[in-house]
Amino acid sequence: MRPFCQLVRREILLAWRDGAAIGVALGFYLIVVTLVPLGVGPDLKLLARIAPGILWIGLLLAALLSLPRMFETDLEDGSLDILASGSLPLEAVAAAKSAAHWVSSAIPLAALSPLAALLLNLDAEAYPVLLASVGVGTPAISFIGSVGAALTLRARRAGVLVALLMLPLFVPTLLFGIEAVTAGSIAAPEFWPAFLILCAISLATLVLGPVAAGAAIRLQLQE
Amino acid sequence: MRIFAQHPANPTAFMALSERVLPWCLALACASIGVGLYLSFAAPPDYQQGHTAKIMFVHVPSAWLSMFIYALIAGSSFGLLVFRHPLADVSAKAAAPIGAVFTLLALVTGSLWGKPMWGAFWVWDPRLTSVLILFFLYLGLIALRSSIEEEGLAAKLTAVLSLVGIVILPVIKFSVNWNSLHQPASVMRLSAPAIHPSLLTPLLVMAFGMTTLFIAFQLLAMRNEILRRRIKVLRSLAVQDGGPLQPLPG
Repeated sequence: MRPFCQLVRREILLAWRDGAAIGVALGFYLIVVTLVPLGVGPDLKLLARIAPGILWIGLLLAALLSLPRMFETDLEDGSLDILASGSLPLEAVAAAKSAAHWVSSAIPLAALSPLAALLLNLDAEAYPVLLASVGVGTPAISFIGSVGAALTLRARRAGVLVALLMLPLFVPTLLFGIEAVTAGSIAAPEFWPAFLILCAISLATLVLGPVAAGAAIRLQLQE
Repeated sequence: MRIFAQHPANPTAFMALSERVLPWCLALACASIGVGLYLSFAAPPDYQQGHTAKIMFVHVPSAWLSMFIYALIAGSSFGLLVFRHPLADVSAKAAAPIGAVFTLLALVTGSLWGKPMWGAFWVWDPRLTSVLILFFLYLGLIALRSSIEEEGLAAKLTAVLSLVGIVILPVIKFSVNWNSLHQPASVMRLSAPAIHPSLLTPLLVMAFGMTTLFIAFQLLAMRNEILRRRIKVLRSLAVQDGGPLQPLPG
């Protein structure tokens, strides 16, 4: 367990010291959300109705920005080979890196989402629901995304490719995340089914994502 | 040893076998699609939808095949990753573009059917959405394979992706059904007792014909891929021997 925690710590520290990456992602999120009212017009009622969808899609796209770098830098400087020959199995390495991506990229984006919601005139009662939905749903983004990052490690045009490969796989997360926010408040009867399925998706990706990502990295290090 | 050499996992045995099967397969596909099309036109028009319902005889087999071919790709990928079967990757690589085309065919015919029936070319019906996502998965498989230089590595990584895709496909299907924004799949729902024999017979003949057609395409594509790999090996051997490098056509 200790090597795992140390790896998570190292990844978060690296992300923290390279503050520019997360700054870019946060800025991207805000700009995507700002462009929507400019595109569809400043009708507050309409904006409130489409806000859950826009907030989730913007968050997903912004989180995708930092995904291709998850294993790439470590492959370039050889750290990935050292990690592979260490005591941790590659599945655990992938899990640690996904967890670190969640802490360093997804949580700041989730924390920014209430501010973005303000721009879209989201109903006041929906703020706790929004935080719960993005808080529980973002691990799925990091853990599914790690599979895409691992698969495209040696690919040309990796950045665009990750989006093409992974966006279809994010559909369930997106649907249930949006559904939970659309329910409007924690008291609403539609909230709990969507929220609990979102929890289930996140938990399932916690297990399946590292297995697939670990297998993909192992195949590429064997060559 | 002789039995081993004739095992279909051996590409040479496969080439010999497929050469004999292929003409029969193509003939059977042409014949049954011909008969199926005749039966489709002879079938009585639907009491509500009139003649437009006849697009079903192309649409439904394509939709079945789009799922069947993905299952085939996933099975082949499993065979590649677990058993290192020499033909598994050839099969997965050959099937991906064919599957994408059948999926596109299902989407296009469905959309042409939807315009007179639902009043729109595209409706965000759960089933349409999940088939569209299946189409994107096919594109992802093709894109990933084409963007990795090393062929053996590309094959294995594409196999991992297709297995991830098969885990997520039922979830997508289930999730879009649950989140039903539009009418439930009612027009396209097909259970055997709910359809009259006069429509069921042409449908089954068409389904058989298109499946045979797919098998013929698949065998052709696999043969091409094996030949391409052999030429590649011969070329690299020629370079090692110091001979002149012949440009590869295409």
